[in-house]
Amino acid sequence: MAEVFDRVKAIIVDRLDVEEDKITMEASFKDDLEADSLDVVELVMELEDEFDMEIADEEAEKINTVGDAVNYINSKQ
Amino acid sequence: MLTGQNALVTGASRGIGRAIAIELASQGANVAVNYAGSEQKAQAVVEEIEKLGVKAFKIQADVANESDVKAMMKEVVSQFGSLDILVNNAGITRDNLLMRMKEEEFDQVINTNLKGVFVCTKAVTRQMMKQRAGRIINVASIVGVAGNPGQANYVAAKAGVIGLTKTTAKELASRNILVNAVAPGFIATDMTDELTDEQRQGTLDMIPLAKLGQPEDVARVVRFLASEDANYITGQTIHIDGGMVM
Repeated sequence: MAEVFDRVKAIIVDRLDVEEDKITMEASFKDDLEADSLDVVELVMELEDEFDMEIADEEAEKINTVGDAVNYINSKQ
Repeated sequence: MLTGQNALVTGASRGIGRAIAIELASQGANVAVNYAGSEQKAQAVVEEIEKLGVKAFKIQADVANESDVKAMMKEVVSQFGSLDILVNNAGITRDNLLMRMKEEEFDQVINTNLKGVFVCTKAVTRQMMKQRAGRIINVASIVGVAGNPGQANYVAAKAGVIGLTKTTAKELASRNILVNAVAPGFIATDMTDELTDEQRQGTLDMIPLAKLGQPEDVARVVRFLASEDANYITGQTIHIDGGMVM
């Protein structure tokens, strides 16, 4: 669990250029991390590569917070 | 120059697509030659490109079929290492007067000529977003701007491509992906060979430059839009029509 969170966090820091302590499980990509909708699409693409999985568009649309992403990845591993 | 750039041209086995593929290659780009059915003609284009000292290969795919297209993009990236230029050129005609046009004639043309551009653009965007660079050039048509009797399906599709070009340009500009269209007028290809003499003369009377264009006239503009010279141009439709529509 922690390991997935750390890997997701590293990608977010790299992509969105935000400070690490802002990235919590509850943080919303759009509201708290200042991502626009294209940023979120891109993050999902990076997560797919990092975790070697395909996230269907319908699933990707439900990912709003860091926790949503981490939980989704955990549920598939 | 396009040295070291990697391009995919859809519908590149003949006509305008063939000329574009060869023009990009002549500027140093490696080119993937997509085709739907004309395998031998696609092979001939590949051989012509290889003579120019760059890499080329042919790849079959129906541009309106998402799984075909995804596999094609994957193959191009695996062979070339990147995909910098996509030219959405593949197109068909099923001309008929509106009153006689069958639903399937309408659907076929919309599928290949409009949905095909959507499917290919969507599939290439993933790669280009990662690269933080890319050029997408859509081959529309002047009839998509001006209308043309007997081509309701083709005109609707090409007008759609122009709108799609503008939206895609706006969505992807922040990622340094530039999207433009060219709108050829009457260009001497298999498609315009089907015109009757009367239609041909009628057409020439509407063209200030009073001659048909050549596929190379279109290819050179596509090459410009793919090059660094066009760094500050996106969302535009450039008419290549001898002045027919101003």
